[in-house]
Amino acid sequence: MINNQCWESVDAEGGQQMKASPGGYARANDLSHAMLLLASAEGMGRVLAGGQSLIAAMNMRLSTGDMLVDISRIAGLSGVTDQETTLHIGALTKHAEIGASPLIRKHAPLLAEAVTYIAHAAIRNRGTIGGALAHADPAAEFPACMLALGAVLHIHGSDGERSVAAEDFFQGLFETSLEEGEILTAITVPKAEVNERQILQEIARRSGDYALAGLCLVRRSTGHRISLLSVGSTPVLARNTMVQLDRGDIDGAVAALREEIDPPSDTQASADYRRHIAGVLLRRAVAQSRGDAA
Amino acid sequence: MTKVFADRIDIDLMVNGEPVEARVPAGQHVIDFLRQELGLTGAHASCEHGVCGTCTVRVDGASVRGCLMLAAQLDGADVWTIEGLSDSEAIRDLQEAFIARNALQCGFCTPGMLVAAEELLAQGGVPERAAIREHLSGNYCRCTGYEAIVDAVETVARQRAGQVQA
Repeated sequence: MINNQCWESVDAEGGQQMKASPGGYARANDLSHAMLLLASAEGMGRVLAGGQSLIAAMNMRLSTGDMLVDISRIAGLSGVTDQETTLHIGALTKHAEIGASPLIRKHAPLLAEAVTYIAHAAIRNRGTIGGALAHADPAAEFPACMLALGAVLHIHGSDGERSVAAEDFFQGLFETSLEEGEILTAITVPKAEVNERQILQEIARRSGDYALAGLCLVRRSTGHRISLLSVGSTPVLARNTMVQLDRGDIDGAVAALREEIDPPSDTQASADYRRHIAGVLLRRAVAQSRGDAA
Repeated sequence: MTKVFADRIDIDLMVNGEPVEARVPAGQHVIDFLRQELGLTGAHASCEHGVCGTCTVRVDGASVRGCLMLAAQLDGADVWTIEGLSDSEAIRDLQEAFIARNALQCGFCTPGMLVAAEELLAQGGVPERAAIREHLSGNYCRCTGYEAIVDAVETVARQRAGQVQA
């Protein structure tokens, strides 16, 4: 499923039928094979993982001529592993697997909660966390979760591995720091402290719809981390809001939040309404983090 | 362009318990393959961007959007459509409950709805009505208003749990 809120203005190819028109397809056997395929695609390479956004975009002819490099069968890029202070999440781990993972539920419950908001069961059965992050839809839950958790993204390229902090990964609307020929292979997230709280609040008109606005709250010994989805062209880390919350000033935090986001107006909600509900979501999340009834 | 990328891809899979070999176009999605190449017209192609759920089929044990998976990705897969699930009588109780409760009118959404509902029922137990609605939230029905569908799914969950007579 793709985000009609962001795509609708470009969904106007004169009534073309809903059929994908890629330039070709190749199934990668392993990571080095995938790298070779991407390198041989002459700039038209496109990584296909779960395909839940890419195939929709191809069906709508928002993307044509792609040389598809199907990485979905590569062994070793899937699953969650415990690495003492962090969790390692393979890029091909499916949303449904993340929602069901005992390691995630215990050490990164924000991600398990996020899964309940992502689209619908059939999409969660195919969609992958790496795909969601590389796609970088500002209305998606996982990118905002990465910011709130302070995750590190691991990227494989022709020069080997590099790691990027989530805060440096998301750069624009559907735009990341992934370079041509690179593949996102894994994510590491810090394991939650004993008293850490991780909360996701969002408002959508129907279950599984893209949120009008959403907010992640992480409270750990070093302070609060607040991120938002659906309030701009990228997921947003609300730094001023975090400072106010660390001071214990909730009203100040709500004011700071409404000040530091610049949400769009569209057919789903006006900018003012999004700014308003962002503050409401913050109050709810704080109340929930304190164990109050929201 | 480069030869490593194919316009047509050979796939070898199981569909409704029968082996299938085919050569498919790179851009063909699962639903067009099932409907146009294999004549399995039960699951429908409707919105074709993952919103409506009428294309829901079972691939390797899980419900998937047939419009959001390429036929080329089916190599080695085990696919079940409403035709196979009907012939094998695997969901006969669910189909009978849909009929008994008038949980369909035009029937366009029903094949996808049944695959989605069966995935929930296969988890066992008797889900709350809210959980049934949530699990079916990706399958649109424009006729029934959903109440009868939820009734039918709930009835079958109770029957399978031995709480009421079939």
